[in-house]
Amino acid sequence: MEAKPKPKLAVWKFASCDGCQLTLLDCENDLLAIAGKMEIANFAEASRAVVKGPYDLSLVEGSITTPHDEERIHRIRRASKHLVTIGACATSGGIQALRNFKDVKEFTRIVYATPTYIETLNKSTPIADHVFVDFELRGCPINKQQLVEVISAFLNDRKPNTPLHSVCLECKLRGTVCVMVAHGTPCLGPVTHAGCGAICPAYNRGCYGCYGPKETPNTTSLAEWFNGSLGVSEPDLVRSFRGFNAYADAFLKESEAHE
Amino acid sequence: MWIKIKEREVAGVKLKIFEPPRFFEAFLRGRNFAEAPDITARICGICPIAYQMSAVHAMEDACGVRVDGPLRSLRRLIYCGEWIESHTLHIYMLHAPDFLGYESAIHLAKDFRDVVQRGLQLKKVGNDIVSLLGGREIHPINVRVGGFYKAPTKADLLPLTERLNWARDAALETVRWVAKFPFPDFEQDYEFVALSHPDEYPFNEGRIVSSKLLDIAVREYDEHFLEEQVPYSNALHSVIKTRGAYFVGPMARYNLNFDKLAPMAQEAARAAGLGPECRNPFKSIIVRAVEVLHACVEALRIIDAYEPPERSALDVHPRLATGYGCTEAPRGILYHRYHIDEQGLILDAKIVPPTSQNQKTIENDLWKFVPKYIDLPLDRLTWQCEQAIRNYDPCISCATHFLKLKIERQ
Repeated sequence: MEAKPKPKLAVWKFASCDGCQLTLLDCENDLLAIAGKMEIANFAEASRAVVKGPYDLSLVEGSITTPHDEERIHRIRRASKHLVTIGACATSGGIQALRNFKDVKEFTRIVYATPTYIETLNKSTPIADHVFVDFELRGCPINKQQLVEVISAFLNDRKPNTPLHSVCLECKLRGTVCVMVAHGTPCLGPVTHAGCGAICPAYNRGCYGCYGPKETPNTTSLAEWFNGSLGVSEPDLVRSFRGFNAYADAFLKESEAHE
Repeated sequence: MWIKIKEREVAGVKLKIFEPPRFFEAFLRGRNFAEAPDITARICGICPIAYQMSAVHAMEDACGVRVDGPLRSLRRLIYCGEWIESHTLHIYMLHAPDFLGYESAIHLAKDFRDVVQRGLQLKKVGNDIVSLLGGREIHPINVRVGGFYKAPTKADLLPLTERLNWARDAALETVRWVAKFPFPDFEQDYEFVALSHPDEYPFNEGRIVSSKLLDIAVREYDEHFLEEQVPYSNALHSVIKTRGAYFVGPMARYNLNFDKLAPMAQEAARAAGLGPECRNPFKSIIVRAVEVLHACVEALRIIDAYEPPERSALDVHPRLATGYGCTEAPRGILYHRYHIDEQGLILDAKIVPPTSQNQKTIENDLWKFVPKYIDLPLDRLTWQCEQAIRNYDPCISCATHFLKLKIERQ
């Protein structure tokens, strides 16, 4: 009896640092096993071989920032049975979404002597603003155990198990003393989506929101704590919410409320 | 990449980079100086430590602070981790497959599973160093202006020793493995540029020197180097004023600092057929392997000598000033310059990555290299050109495995 063909995996890059793709290559203990279960059909960072689509699972890293990419994502969506966005750039527009608060023409002039050679969009937007996304994996970068979980879930036809609660629960599970309560260190943990395992508080610093807003975050209340009790100035408060997920709805609204 | 061939001669070469611009230097304006390491790390997922190191050194320079002692050693240690991880990724997963005729490390693993596993585990040791010291492998969270948020105890570091002993041996095996690859005969007259330090193989500190007698302080960089924009690429091209293209990276460091390599690394280099100078860019893969070995030895030395610092970071107070930082990323010198104000807000930022400093040299190489292979069918010629470009381990953002070769024949 002929073996069923392996599902095809493709990895795509848009405007990004490559860190989330690299996370797949950083699954040192699991990479060859994954390659055993899936055909790595299109993964420019890892292989020059390109197998034509359609693809069973496409992982998409990076945000949409150019007219060319605006068009390319549609082609990828059409060629993909499942499309999963990986990382803050793809899920919220990334740090480069800071251009959305300013004039991109001015940005272009600051960096390039001849701005007319550069073609770019006014905004950096997440993939879901352009095509339907089957699943979003948060993080800057994503967590490699969570990536393996997503791939595994896909191979076994089930929903990925990636909790939506805040980083606070991860701190408790890790046994870390709350940096905000005990040390007065501002921390975005209470409004940030879990996934990293609460690393920053374990290293004596406050969370800075790599994984973006959790579901129904109470950013207004947290901002009041920062401002009222922890001595964070209004401009610093704006910067706190204007990081790697600046354009995610809840963080965007909170930063605008303090400008 | 675009190559123009006129009557079987190369008439033009352009490396067209269409990586979408993200405008870091623009959006850094108005951010707090303490945010620079976290924000600039996101320029590159493979070498975030390099960005963090250049950023913190530049900010400390602006504020008149020098980090020394155990904190300085910890910074070298975390850089060892990144060199090991980045170089090993490049050697095993990005470049070795080319030399052996495989399209990827996954394909290579079908025939040489143990070899690829060795590479993955060696890369993991590098990642584990960064993870332990930095909090996580990609976009570490523990680096700050002034030092670290939390310094490790000796007991925290000791478990790395056994892994590093294994890694050192695996690195030596790697040097021996790559030394046997088939290397095209291809030597050019490059101007190599790297940091140089009186006592150590360079990471974070030193003067900028070249093989054509440049010898300047980091703060003099802008007086000697120029960034130019070309219409066909989103990556800026760097040149040495009045001279042109130059070459940064492991081979530049090696040629300018050979005597500072750990003795074991020097020995391995010689056994691999390299002298104190190497001018064949295809042999960069051997030099990278030698640097991995050196980084393992250096990491072991640092851990052995480590005594925890009194405080995990020095106090750094902002002032109106300009700060300069230049450190040796895996791919070569990475220059940062910031103007900051008395509140510590960034007024202006300039960041020059190593790969953009190599752009012109990559093009020049292709110009010289292509003629030999000009009659090959397109897909073979493309692969040869990709391999030649990968000599420079261009940061992934420049699409290492993604090369569309357009040949215009007249």
